[in-house]
Amino acid sequence: MTVHRVMGIETEYGISVPGKPHVNSMLASSQVVNAYPTRINTGGRTRWDYDEEQPLRDARGYDMTRAEADPSQLTDEDLGLANVILTNGARLYVDHAHPEYSTPEVTNPFDAMLWDAAGERVMRRATELASATPGGYQLQLYKNNTDNKGASYGTHENYLMSRTTPFSSIVRGLTPFFVTRQIMTGSGRVGLGQDGSSAGFQLSSRADFFEVEVGLETTIKRPIINTRDEPHADPEKYRRLHVIVGDANMSQVATYLKMGTTALVLALLEAGQLPEDWVPRDPVAELHAVSHNWQLDHLITLADGRKLTAIQLQWDYHDAAAKFVDDRWGSDVDEQTRDVLERWSDVLDRLENNPTSLADTLDWVAKKKLLDGYRSRDSLDWSSPRLQLVDLQYSDIRADKGLAHRLEQRGSLARLVDDKRIAAAEQSPPRDTRAWFRGNCIARFADSIAAASWDSVIFDLPDHKALQRVPTIDPLRGTAEHVGDLLDRVGTAEELVRVLTAN
Amino acid sequence: MPTHERPHSSKSKSASSGAADDQETEEVESATRNEELDADVDALLDEIDDVLEENAEEFVRGFVQKGGE
Repeated sequence: MTVHRVMGIETEYGISVPGKPHVNSMLASSQVVNAYPTRINTGGRTRWDYDEEQPLRDARGYDMTRAEADPSQLTDEDLGLANVILTNGARLYVDHAHPEYSTPEVTNPFDAMLWDAAGERVMRRATELASATPGGYQLQLYKNNTDNKGASYGTHENYLMSRTTPFSSIVRGLTPFFVTRQIMTGSGRVGLGQDGSSAGFQLSSRADFFEVEVGLETTIKRPIINTRDEPHADPEKYRRLHVIVGDANMSQVATYLKMGTTALVLALLEAGQLPEDWVPRDPVAELHAVSHNWQLDHLITLADGRKLTAIQLQWDYHDAAAKFVDDRWGSDVDEQTRDVLERWSDVLDRLENNPTSLADTLDWVAKKKLLDGYRSRDSLDWSSPRLQLVDLQYSDIRADKGLAHRLEQRGSLARLVDDKRIAAAEQSPPRDTRAWFRGNCIARFADSIAAASWDSVIFDLPDHKALQRVPTIDPLRGTAEHVGDLLDRVGTAEELVRVLTAN
Repeated sequence: MPTHERPHSSKSKSASSGAADDQETEEVESATRNEELDADVDALLDEIDDVLEENAEEFVRGFVQKGGE
Protein backbone atom coordinates (compact mmCIF):
# COMPACT_ATOMS: atom_id res chain seq x y z
CA MET A 1 0.00 0.00 0.00
CA THR A 2 2.20 2.79 -1.34
CA VAL A 3 2.45 5.00 -4.43
CA HIS A 4 4.87 2.47 -5.96
CA ARG A 5 3.74 0.31 -8.88
CA VAL A 6 4.59 -0.07 -12.57
CA MET A 7 3.16 2.90 -14.46
CA GLY A 8 3.64 5.19 -17.45
CA ILE A 9 2.21 8.16 -19.38
CA GLU A 10 1.41 8.48 -23.11
CA THR A 11 1.04 11.99 -24.50
CA GLU A 12 -0.25 13.03 -27.92
CA TYR A 13 0.89 16.53 -28.80
CA GLY A 14 -1.11 19.08 -30.75
CA ILE A 15 0.77 20.00 -33.92
CA SER A 16 0.39 22.99 -36.20
CA VAL A 17 2.11 24.98 -38.88
CA PRO A 18 1.10 28.59 -38.21
CA GLY A 19 -0.38 30.20 -41.32
CA LYS A 20 -1.02 26.79 -42.90
CA PRO A 21 -4.05 25.26 -41.16
CA HIS A 22 -4.59 22.63 -43.88
CA VAL A 23 -1.20 20.95 -43.71
CA ASN A 24 -1.43 17.12 -43.62
CA SER A 25 -1.01 16.45 -39.92
CA MET A 26 0.20 12.86 -40.39
CA LEU A 27 3.01 14.06 -42.63
CA ALA A 28 3.86 16.88 -40.26
CA SER A 29 3.88 14.46 -37.30
CA SER A 30 6.10 12.02 -39.21
CA GLN A 31 8.47 14.86 -39.95
CA VAL A 32 8.83 15.50 -36.21
CA VAL A 33 9.38 11.86 -35.28
CA ASN A 34 11.80 11.24 -38.15
CA ALA A 35 13.86 14.29 -37.23
CA TYR A 36 14.72 12.99 -33.77
CA PRO A 37 18.18 11.44 -33.74
CA THR A 38 17.47 8.08 -32.15
CA ARG A 39 21.12 7.11 -32.27
CA ILE A 40 24.03 9.45 -32.57
CA ASN A 41 26.46 8.83 -35.48
CA THR A 42 24.47 6.13 -37.26
CA GLY A 43 21.30 5.89 -39.25
CA GLY A 44 20.17 2.97 -37.11
CA ARG A 45 16.52 3.44 -36.16
CA THR A 46 14.72 0.71 -34.34
CA ARG A 47 11.18 -0.05 -35.35
CA TRP A 48 8.25 -1.13 -33.22
CA ASP A 49 7.24 -4.79 -32.95
CA TYR A 50 3.44 -5.06 -33.12
CA ASP A 51 3.21 -8.78 -32.32
CA GLU A 52 1.97 -8.30 -28.77
CA GLU A 53 -0.52 -5.51 -29.45
CA GLN A 54 -4.16 -6.32 -28.74
CA PRO A 55 -6.04 -3.02 -28.90
CA LEU A 56 -9.44 -4.74 -29.10
CA ARG A 57 -8.99 -6.87 -25.95
CA ASP A 58 -11.63 -5.79 -23.45
CA ALA A 59 -11.06 -5.94 -19.67
CA ARG A 60 -14.61 -7.21 -19.24
CA GLY A 61 -13.46 -10.48 -20.84
CA TYR A 62 -14.11 -10.47 -24.57
CA ASP A 63 -12.60 -9.22 -27.83
CA MET A 64 -14.23 -6.81 -30.23
CA THR A 65 -14.00 -8.13 -33.80
CA ARG A 66 -11.92 -6.10 -36.23
CA ALA A 67 -14.98 -5.62 -38.44
CA GLU A 68 -16.89 -4.04 -35.54
CA ALA A 69 -14.09 -1.67 -34.71
CA ASP A 70 -13.83 1.92 -35.83
CA PRO A 71 -10.73 2.19 -38.09
CA SER A 72 -9.18 4.56 -35.54
CA GLN A 73 -9.12 1.70 -32.98
CA LEU A 74 -6.82 -0.48 -35.07
CA THR A 75 -3.63 0.87 -33.57
CA ASP A 76 -1.63 -2.29 -34.30
CA GLU A 77 -1.73 -1.82 -38.07
CA ASP A 78 1.63 -0.53 -39.16
CA LEU A 79 0.79 2.08 -41.77
CA GLY A 80 4.42 2.82 -42.35
CA LEU A 81 4.16 5.73 -39.94
CA ALA A 82 7.23 6.76 -38.02
CA ASN A 83 7.63 4.68 -34.89
CA VAL A 84 10.89 4.36 -32.96
CA ILE A 85 12.31 3.40 -29.60
CA LEU A 86 14.66 5.70 -27.74
CA THR A 87 17.72 5.06 -25.62
CA ASN A 88 15.70 5.99 -22.52
CA GLY A 89 13.34 3.10 -23.25
CA ALA A 90 10.49 5.34 -24.44
CA ARG A 91 8.48 5.02 -27.64
CA LEU A 92 8.21 7.96 -30.07
CA TYR A 93 5.69 7.59 -32.88
CA VAL A 94 2.86 8.98 -34.95
CA ASP A 95 -0.54 8.03 -33.62
CA HIS A 96 -3.34 9.03 -36.00
CA ALA A 97 -2.53 12.66 -36.66
CA HIS A 98 -0.28 13.52 -33.73
CA PRO A 99 3.27 12.91 -32.60
CA GLU A 100 3.12 10.81 -29.44
CA TYR A 101 5.60 9.92 -26.72
CA SER A 102 5.13 7.02 -24.30
CA THR A 103 7.36 7.12 -21.25
CA PRO A 104 9.37 4.03 -20.44
CA GLU A 105 7.86 1.88 -17.68
CA VAL A 106 8.62 3.45 -14.30
CA THR A 107 7.83 2.33 -10.75
CA ASN A 108 6.66 5.53 -9.08
CA PRO A 109 4.91 8.88 -9.71
CA PHE A 110 8.07 10.96 -9.42
CA ASP A 111 9.76 9.00 -12.20
CA ALA A 112 6.57 9.15 -14.30
CA MET A 113 6.71 12.95 -14.01
CA LEU A 114 10.45 12.99 -14.82
CA TRP A 115 10.27 10.80 -17.94
CA ASP A 116 7.13 12.65 -19.07
CA ALA A 117 9.11 15.90 -18.86
CA ALA A 118 11.88 14.14 -20.80
CA GLY A 119 9.28 13.43 -23.50
CA GLU A 120 8.51 17.11 -23.81
CA ARG A 121 12.23 17.71 -24.27
CA VAL A 122 12.33 15.00 -26.95
CA MET A 123 9.46 16.71 -28.80
CA ARG A 124 11.10 20.14 -28.46
CA ARG A 125 14.36 18.93 -29.95
CA ALA A 126 12.62 16.92 -32.69
CA THR A 127 10.52 19.94 -33.66
CA GLU A 128 13.55 22.23 -33.82
CA LEU A 129 15.41 19.76 -36.02
CA ALA A 130 12.37 19.13 -38.25
CA SER A 131 11.77 22.85 -38.72
CA ALA A 132 15.45 23.39 -39.59
CA THR A 133 15.30 20.80 -42.42
CA PRO A 134 15.42 22.55 -45.80
CA GLY A 135 11.90 22.61 -47.21
CA GLY A 136 10.43 21.40 -43.90
CA TYR A 137 7.38 22.94 -42.30
CA GLN A 138 7.83 25.48 -39.50
CA LEU A 139 6.20 23.34 -36.85
CA GLN A 140 4.85 24.14 -33.41
CA LEU A 141 3.85 21.59 -30.79
CA TYR A 142 1.43 21.96 -27.90
CA LYS A 143 1.12 19.73 -24.86
CA ASN A 144 -2.66 20.12 -24.65
CA ASN A 145 -5.79 18.11 -25.43
CA THR A 146 -8.07 20.08 -27.72
CA ASP A 147 -8.12 22.56 -30.60
CA ASN A 148 -11.25 24.13 -29.05
CA LYS A 149 -13.12 23.35 -32.27
CA GLY A 150 -14.41 19.89 -31.41
CA ALA A 151 -11.27 17.74 -31.72
CA SER A 152 -9.57 16.11 -28.75
CA TYR A 153 -6.42 14.03 -28.40
CA GLY A 154 -5.29 12.18 -25.37
CA THR A 155 -2.94 12.01 -22.44
CA HIS A 156 -3.22 8.47 -21.13
CA GLU A 157 -1.96 7.01 -17.88
CA ASN A 158 -1.16 3.33 -17.44
CA TYR A 159 -1.02 1.45 -14.17
CA LEU A 160 -0.22 -2.23 -13.74
CA MET A 161 -2.79 -3.84 -11.45
CA SER A 162 -3.43 -7.20 -9.91
CA ARG A 163 -5.64 -9.39 -12.12
CA THR A 164 -7.48 -10.61 -9.03
CA THR A 165 -9.19 -7.25 -8.41
CA PRO A 166 -12.64 -7.55 -10.06
CA PHE A 167 -13.12 -5.03 -12.85
CA SER A 168 -16.55 -4.08 -11.49
CA SER A 169 -14.96 -2.91 -8.22
CA ILE A 170 -12.41 -0.88 -10.20
CA VAL A 171 -15.26 0.86 -12.01
CA ARG A 172 -17.16 1.56 -8.78
CA GLY A 173 -14.11 2.71 -6.85
CA LEU A 174 -12.47 4.82 -9.53
CA THR A 175 -15.41 6.60 -11.16
CA PRO A 176 -16.00 9.06 -8.28
CA PHE A 177 -12.25 9.65 -8.02
CA PHE A 178 -11.97 10.50 -11.72
CA VAL A 179 -15.06 12.72 -11.59
CA THR A 180 -13.41 14.78 -8.83
CA ARG A 181 -9.61 14.65 -9.22
CA GLN A 182 -9.79 17.30 -11.96
CA ILE A 183 -9.92 19.96 -9.22
CA MET A 184 -6.18 19.15 -8.81
CA THR A 185 -5.19 17.75 -12.17
CA GLY A 186 -7.20 19.90 -14.60
CA SER A 187 -5.16 22.05 -16.95
CA GLY A 188 -7.87 24.68 -17.36
CA ARG A 189 -9.71 25.57 -20.55
CA VAL A 190 -11.24 28.70 -22.07
CA GLY A 191 -14.57 27.66 -23.60
CA LEU A 192 -17.35 25.25 -22.66
CA GLY A 193 -18.63 22.32 -24.70
CA GLN A 194 -16.64 20.06 -27.04
CA ASP A 195 -16.18 22.84 -29.61
CA GLY A 196 -15.60 25.43 -26.88
CA SER A 197 -18.28 27.65 -28.39
CA SER A 198 -19.94 28.62 -25.09
CA ALA A 199 -18.03 31.34 -23.28
CA GLY A 200 -16.50 30.53 -19.91
CA PHE A 201 -13.64 28.86 -18.08
CA GLN A 202 -13.48 25.26 -16.89
CA LEU A 203 -11.04 23.17 -14.87
CA SER A 204 -10.38 20.36 -17.35
CA SER A 205 -9.52 20.45 -21.04
CA ARG A 206 -10.83 16.90 -21.49
CA ALA A 207 -14.00 16.56 -19.41
CA ASP A 208 -16.47 17.72 -22.08
CA PHE A 209 -15.29 14.98 -24.47
CA PHE A 210 -16.44 12.14 -22.20
CA GLU A 211 -19.83 10.69 -23.04
CA VAL A 212 -20.17 7.27 -21.40
CA GLU A 213 -19.22 5.63 -18.10
CA VAL A 214 -17.40 2.48 -19.26
CA GLY A 215 -16.16 1.34 -22.66
CA LEU A 216 -13.36 0.19 -24.93
CA GLU A 217 -13.25 3.20 -27.24
CA THR A 218 -10.80 6.07 -26.92
CA THR A 219 -11.62 8.04 -30.05
CA ILE A 220 -15.42 7.98 -30.09
CA LYS A 221 -17.98 7.78 -27.25
CA ARG A 222 -15.09 8.29 -24.81
CA PRO A 223 -15.63 6.48 -21.48
CA ILE A 224 -14.62 7.65 -17.97
CA ILE A 225 -13.32 4.11 -17.36
CA ASN A 226 -11.57 2.61 -20.36
CA THR A 227 -11.61 -1.17 -20.63
CA ARG A 228 -8.66 -1.73 -22.96
CA ASP A 229 -6.96 -4.79 -21.48
CA GLU A 230 -3.49 -5.28 -22.87
CA PRO A 231 -1.16 -5.79 -19.92
CA HIS A 232 2.18 -6.08 -21.76
CA ALA A 233 2.95 -8.44 -18.86
CA ASP A 234 1.75 -11.86 -17.69
CA PRO A 235 -2.02 -11.65 -18.34
CA GLU A 236 -2.72 -14.27 -15.66
CA LYS A 237 -1.28 -12.00 -12.98
CA TYR A 238 -1.81 -8.48 -14.25
CA ARG A 239 -4.10 -6.10 -15.99
CA ARG A 240 -3.00 -2.71 -17.27
CA LEU A 241 -5.44 -0.01 -16.28
CA HIS A 242 -5.56 2.40 -19.21
CA VAL A 243 -6.75 5.80 -17.99
CA ILE A 244 -7.87 8.18 -20.72
CA VAL A 245 -9.76 10.75 -18.66
CA GLY A 246 -6.77 12.91 -17.64
CA ASP A 247 -5.45 16.24 -18.93
CA ALA A 248 -1.97 16.91 -20.27
CA ASN A 249 -0.23 18.76 -17.46
CA MET A 250 2.51 21.34 -17.84
CA SER A 251 2.97 21.61 -14.06
CA GLN A 252 5.37 18.98 -12.78
CA VAL A 253 3.58 18.97 -9.44
CA ALA A 254 0.20 18.34 -11.12
CA THR A 255 1.61 15.38 -13.08
CA TYR A 256 3.22 13.98 -9.93
CA LEU A 257 -0.01 14.36 -7.92
CA LYS A 258 -2.12 12.89 -10.73
CA MET A 259 -0.02 9.72 -10.83
CA GLY A 260 0.57 9.55 -7.07
CA THR A 261 -3.00 9.99 -5.86
CA THR A 262 -4.33 7.60 -8.52
CA ALA A 263 -1.75 4.97 -7.51
CA LEU A 264 -2.87 5.29 -3.89
CA VAL A 265 -6.52 4.84 -4.80
CA LEU A 266 -5.63 1.75 -6.85
CA ALA A 267 -3.78 0.33 -3.84
CA LEU A 268 -6.89 0.93 -1.72
CA LEU A 269 -9.03 -0.82 -4.32
CA GLU A 270 -6.72 -3.83 -4.60
CA ALA A 271 -6.75 -4.21 -0.83
CA GLY A 272 -10.55 -3.90 -0.73
CA GLN A 273 -10.13 -0.96 1.64
CA LEU A 274 -12.35 1.71 0.11
CA PRO A 275 -14.65 2.42 3.02
CA GLU A 276 -17.81 3.08 1.02
CA ASP A 277 -19.47 3.60 -2.31
CA TRP A 278 -19.37 7.16 -3.66
CA VAL A 279 -20.66 6.56 -7.19
CA PRO A 280 -22.56 9.60 -8.49
CA ARG A 281 -26.12 9.15 -9.77
CA ASP A 282 -25.01 10.48 -13.18
CA PRO A 283 -21.19 10.25 -13.45
CA VAL A 284 -20.88 11.77 -16.93
CA ALA A 285 -23.04 14.78 -16.11
CA GLU A 286 -21.13 15.26 -12.83
CA LEU A 287 -17.75 15.04 -14.63
CA HIS A 288 -18.87 17.97 -16.80
CA ALA A 289 -20.45 19.86 -13.90
CA VAL A 290 -17.33 19.61 -11.71
CA SER A 291 -15.16 20.81 -14.59
CA HIS A 292 -17.46 23.78 -15.27
CA ASN A 293 -17.45 24.84 -11.62
CA TRP A 294 -14.15 26.61 -10.91
CA GLN A 295 -15.86 28.08 -7.83
CA LEU A 296 -15.63 24.52 -6.45
CA ASP A 297 -19.02 24.64 -4.70
CA HIS A 298 -21.05 22.35 -6.97
CA LEU A 299 -22.82 19.55 -5.07
CA ILE A 300 -22.45 16.13 -6.67
CA THR A 301 -25.49 13.91 -6.17
CA LEU A 302 -24.49 10.36 -5.27
CA ALA A 303 -26.51 7.28 -6.19
CA ASP A 304 -27.66 7.04 -2.55
CA GLY A 305 -28.90 10.63 -2.61
CA ARG A 306 -26.12 12.27 -0.58
CA LYS A 307 -24.73 15.54 -1.91
CA LEU A 308 -21.00 16.31 -1.64
CA THR A 309 -18.58 18.77 -3.22
CA ALA A 310 -15.64 17.50 -5.28
CA ILE A 311 -13.29 18.69 -2.50
CA GLN A 312 -15.21 16.69 0.12
CA LEU A 313 -15.07 13.55 -2.03
CA GLN A 314 -11.34 14.02 -2.56
CA TRP A 315 -10.92 14.39 1.22
CA ASP A 316 -12.74 11.08 1.65
CA TYR A 317 -10.32 9.35 -0.72
CA HIS A 318 -7.34 11.09 0.89
CA ASP A 319 -8.43 10.15 4.41
CA ALA A 320 -9.00 6.51 3.46
CA ALA A 321 -5.54 6.34 1.84
CA ALA A 322 -3.82 8.13 4.75
CA LYS A 323 -5.46 5.82 7.26
CA PHE A 324 -4.55 2.71 5.33
CA VAL A 325 -0.93 3.81 4.88
CA ASP A 326 -0.70 4.67 8.56
CA ASP A 327 -2.22 1.34 9.68
CA ARG A 328 0.09 -0.59 7.40
CA TRP A 329 3.37 1.34 7.71
CA GLY A 330 3.12 3.87 10.53
CA SER A 331 6.33 5.90 10.63
CA ASP A 332 8.09 3.39 8.34
CA VAL A 333 6.23 4.76 5.31
CA ASP A 334 8.49 5.44 2.33
CA GLU A 335 9.41 9.03 1.55
CA GLN A 336 7.48 9.37 -1.72
CA THR A 337 4.22 7.94 -0.36
CA ARG A 338 4.44 10.31 2.61
CA ASP A 339 5.19 13.24 0.28
CA VAL A 340 2.23 12.50 -2.03
CA LEU A 341 -0.15 12.24 0.94
CA GLU A 342 1.13 15.53 2.40
CA ARG A 343 0.90 17.41 -0.87
CA TRP A 344 -2.57 15.98 -1.56
CA SER A 345 -3.78 17.18 1.82
CA ASP A 346 -2.12 20.60 1.41
CA VAL A 347 -3.69 21.09 -2.05
CA LEU A 348 -7.18 20.16 -0.80
CA ASP A 349 -6.77 22.45 2.17
CA ARG A 350 -5.82 25.36 -0.11
CA LEU A 351 -8.58 24.59 -2.60
CA GLU A 352 -11.00 24.92 0.31
CA ASN A 353 -9.55 28.07 1.82
CA ASN A 354 -7.36 29.95 -0.62
CA PRO A 355 -7.36 28.44 -4.12
CA THR A 356 -5.44 31.34 -5.70
CA SER A 357 -2.45 30.39 -3.52
CA LEU A 358 -2.09 27.33 -5.80
CA ALA A 359 -1.17 29.47 -8.83
CA ASP A 360 2.41 28.19 -8.52
CA THR A 361 1.28 24.56 -8.22
CA LEU A 362 -1.74 23.61 -10.34
CA ASP A 363 -2.16 24.28 -14.06
CA TRP A 364 -5.76 25.45 -13.98
CA VAL A 365 -5.05 27.94 -11.19
CA ALA A 366 -1.87 29.23 -12.87
CA LYS A 367 -3.71 29.62 -16.17
CA LYS A 368 -6.70 31.29 -14.55
CA LYS A 369 -4.46 33.80 -12.79
CA LEU A 370 -3.07 34.88 -16.18
CA LEU A 371 -6.54 34.97 -17.75
CA ASP A 372 -8.02 36.96 -14.86
CA GLY A 373 -5.11 39.38 -15.15
CA TYR A 374 -5.92 40.01 -18.82
CA ARG A 375 -9.65 40.16 -18.15
CA SER A 376 -9.25 42.85 -15.57
CA ARG A 377 -6.41 44.84 -17.20
CA ASP A 378 -7.84 44.84 -20.73
CA SER A 379 -11.54 44.39 -19.87
CA LEU A 380 -11.82 41.18 -21.90
CA ASP A 381 -14.70 38.74 -21.67
CA TRP A 382 -14.38 34.94 -21.89
CA SER A 383 -15.09 34.90 -25.64
CA SER A 384 -12.05 37.06 -26.39
CA PRO A 385 -9.59 35.45 -28.87
CA ARG A 386 -6.76 36.85 -26.77
CA LEU A 387 -7.85 34.71 -23.81
CA GLN A 388 -8.11 31.68 -26.10
CA LEU A 389 -4.58 32.42 -27.26
CA VAL A 390 -3.32 32.55 -23.65
CA ASP A 391 -5.02 29.17 -23.09
CA LEU A 392 -3.35 27.67 -26.18
CA GLN A 393 0.06 29.22 -25.70
CA TYR A 394 0.21 28.09 -22.08
CA SER A 395 0.95 24.63 -23.50
CA ASP A 396 3.40 25.72 -26.25
CA ILE A 397 6.43 23.50 -25.59
CA ARG A 398 9.03 26.10 -26.59
CA ALA A 399 11.05 27.38 -23.65
CA ASP A 400 10.89 31.02 -24.79
CA LYS A 401 7.29 31.13 -26.06
CA GLY A 402 5.41 28.64 -23.91
CA LEU A 403 3.65 30.51 -21.11
CA ALA A 404 3.93 27.69 -18.55
CA HIS A 405 7.67 27.60 -19.22
CA ARG A 406 7.90 31.35 -18.83
CA LEU A 407 6.13 31.01 -15.49
CA GLU A 408 8.63 28.32 -14.47
CA GLN A 409 11.58 30.49 -15.46
CA ARG A 410 10.42 33.43 -13.35
CA GLY A 411 9.69 31.16 -10.39
CA SER A 412 5.91 31.51 -10.69
CA LEU A 413 5.33 27.79 -11.36
CA ALA A 414 7.08 25.29 -9.10
CA ARG A 415 9.36 22.60 -10.48
CA LEU A 416 10.33 19.28 -8.94
CA VAL A 417 13.18 18.55 -11.37
CA ASP A 418 15.58 20.87 -13.17
CA ASP A 419 16.66 20.84 -16.84
CA LYS A 420 19.83 18.91 -16.11
CA ARG A 421 17.94 16.01 -14.61
CA ILE A 422 15.40 16.06 -17.45
CA ALA A 423 18.22 16.05 -20.02
CA ALA A 424 19.69 12.95 -18.37
CA ALA A 425 16.27 11.22 -18.48
CA GLU A 426 16.05 12.02 -22.19
CA GLN A 427 19.09 9.80 -22.73
CA SER A 428 18.90 7.15 -20.01
CA PRO A 429 16.19 4.69 -18.98
CA PRO A 430 14.93 4.19 -15.43
CA ARG A 431 17.12 1.63 -13.65
CA ASP A 432 14.36 -0.38 -12.01
CA THR A 433 12.24 -1.75 -14.89
CA ARG A 434 12.77 -3.70 -18.13
CA ALA A 435 13.14 -0.30 -19.85
CA TRP A 436 16.74 -0.48 -18.59
CA PHE A 437 17.44 -3.51 -20.80
CA ARG A 438 15.55 -2.10 -23.80
CA GLY A 439 17.12 1.36 -23.62
CA ASN A 440 20.65 0.07 -23.14
CA CYS A 441 20.26 -2.39 -26.01
CA ILE A 442 19.15 0.49 -28.26
CA ALA A 443 22.01 2.68 -27.05
CA ARG A 444 24.65 0.03 -27.67
CA PHE A 445 23.39 -2.38 -30.31
CA ALA A 446 20.88 -0.43 -32.44
CA ASP A 447 22.46 -1.74 -35.66
CA SER A 448 21.75 -5.33 -34.58
CA ILE A 449 18.13 -4.76 -33.48
CA ALA A 450 15.36 -5.44 -36.00
CA ALA A 451 12.48 -4.33 -33.80
CA ALA A 452 11.47 -3.91 -30.19
CA SER A 453 8.34 -3.35 -28.12
CA TRP A 454 7.33 -3.25 -24.46
CA ASP A 455 7.60 -7.04 -24.24
CA SER A 456 10.53 -7.89 -26.49
CA VAL A 457 13.76 -6.90 -28.14
CA ILE A 458 14.36 -8.62 -31.50
CA PHE A 459 17.93 -9.01 -32.71
CA ASP A 460 19.00 -9.47 -36.32
CA LEU A 461 22.43 -11.08 -36.15
CA PRO A 462 24.74 -12.01 -39.03
CA ASP A 463 25.47 -15.51 -37.68
CA HIS A 464 21.77 -16.38 -37.24
CA LYS A 465 19.35 -17.01 -40.10
CA ALA A 466 16.30 -16.35 -37.93
CA LEU A 467 15.63 -13.21 -35.93
CA GLN A 468 16.42 -13.71 -32.23
CA ARG A 469 13.55 -12.55 -30.01
CA VAL A 470 14.39 -11.78 -26.38
CA PRO A 471 11.08 -11.65 -24.48
CA THR A 472 10.73 -9.07 -21.68
CA ILE A 473 7.31 -10.07 -20.38
CA ASP A 474 8.02 -9.15 -16.74
CA PRO A 475 8.22 -5.35 -16.33
CA LEU A 476 10.35 -5.74 -13.20
CA ARG A 477 13.05 -7.90 -14.80
CA GLY A 478 15.74 -6.57 -17.11
CA THR A 479 16.57 -3.92 -14.49
CA ALA A 480 20.03 -2.47 -13.83
CA GLU A 481 20.29 -4.78 -10.84
CA HIS A 482 19.25 -7.76 -12.92
CA VAL A 483 21.19 -7.28 -16.19
CA GLY A 484 23.59 -4.41 -15.44
CA ASP A 485 26.59 -6.69 -14.93
CA LEU A 486 25.75 -8.75 -18.01
CA LEU A 487 25.49 -5.64 -20.19
CA ASP A 488 28.81 -4.38 -18.82
CA ARG A 489 30.43 -7.71 -19.58
CA VAL A 490 29.37 -8.25 -23.20
CA GLY A 491 30.94 -6.34 -26.08
CA THR A 492 28.57 -7.19 -28.91
CA ALA A 493 24.92 -8.06 -29.56
CA GLU A 494 26.03 -11.58 -30.61
CA GLU A 495 27.66 -12.08 -27.22
CA LEU A 496 24.61 -10.75 -25.39
CA VAL A 497 22.21 -13.06 -27.23
CA ARG A 498 24.57 -16.01 -26.76
CA VAL A 499 24.64 -15.52 -22.99
CA LEU A 500 20.88 -14.93 -22.76
CA THR A 501 19.96 -18.00 -24.83
CA ALA A 502 22.52 -20.24 -23.08
CA ASN A 503 20.48 -20.21 -19.86
CA MET B 1 -21.33 6.10 6.96
CA PRO B 2 -18.43 6.18 9.41
CA THR B 3 -17.66 9.53 10.95
CA HIS B 4 -14.61 11.10 9.35
CA GLU B 5 -12.23 13.02 11.49
CA ARG B 6 -11.00 16.04 9.66
CA PRO B 7 -8.07 17.54 11.52
CA HIS B 8 -7.24 19.52 8.35
CA SER B 9 -10.53 21.42 8.20
CA SER B 10 -10.42 22.39 11.86
CA LYS B 11 -6.82 23.51 11.35
CA SER B 12 -7.74 25.57 8.31
CA LYS B 13 -10.67 27.25 9.99
CA SER B 14 -8.78 28.24 13.16
CA ALA B 15 -10.70 30.81 15.18
CA SER B 16 -9.29 34.34 15.25
CA SER B 17 -8.35 35.87 18.59
CA GLY B 18 -11.09 38.45 18.19
CA ALA B 19 -9.06 41.44 19.38
CA ALA B 20 -9.94 44.52 17.35
CA ASP B 21 -6.38 45.78 16.83
CA ASP B 22 -5.31 42.32 15.65
CA GLN B 23 -8.01 42.45 13.06
CA GLU B 24 -6.90 45.90 11.92
CA THR B 25 -3.30 44.76 11.54
CA GLU B 26 -4.50 41.80 9.55
CA GLU B 27 -6.51 44.01 7.23
CA VAL B 28 -3.57 46.34 6.60
CA GLU B 29 -1.32 43.38 5.99
CA SER B 30 -3.74 41.81 3.58
CA ALA B 31 -4.15 45.11 1.69
CA THR B 32 -0.36 45.31 1.32
CA ARG B 33 -0.28 41.72 0.19
CA ASN B 34 -3.00 42.44 -2.39
CA GLU B 35 -1.01 45.39 -3.76
CA GLU B 36 2.06 43.20 -4.02
CA LEU B 37 -0.03 40.57 -5.81
CA ASP B 38 -1.39 43.18 -8.25
CA ALA B 39 2.14 44.42 -8.97
CA ASP B 40 3.22 40.85 -9.53
CA VAL B 41 0.37 40.21 -11.98
CA ASP B 42 1.15 43.46 -13.83
CA ALA B 43 4.80 42.48 -14.22
CA LEU B 44 3.74 39.01 -15.32
CA LEU B 45 1.35 40.34 -17.97
CA ASP B 46 3.97 42.77 -19.29
CA GLU B 47 6.30 39.84 -19.78
CA ILE B 48 3.63 37.68 -21.41
CA ASP B 49 2.58 40.55 -23.73
CA ASP B 50 6.05 40.37 -25.27
CA VAL B 51 5.82 36.68 -26.17
CA LEU B 52 2.15 36.26 -27.13
CA GLU B 53 1.64 35.40 -30.80
CA GLU B 54 0.61 38.28 -33.06
CA ASN B 55 -3.00 38.53 -34.21
CA ALA B 56 -4.69 36.35 -31.61
CA GLU B 57 -7.92 35.83 -33.56
CA GLU B 58 -6.22 34.52 -36.70
CA PHE B 59 -3.73 32.42 -34.76
CA VAL B 60 -6.41 30.74 -32.68
CA ARG B 61 -8.60 30.15 -35.75
CA GLY B 62 -5.64 28.52 -37.53
CA PHE B 63 -5.05 25.96 -34.78
CA VAL B 64 -7.06 23.06 -36.19
CA GLN B 65 -6.40 19.48 -35.06
CA LYS B 66 -7.63 16.07 -36.03
CA GLY B 67 -8.89 13.87 -33.20
CA GLY B 68 -6.46 11.41 -31.78
CA GLU B 69 -5.96 8.49 -29.38
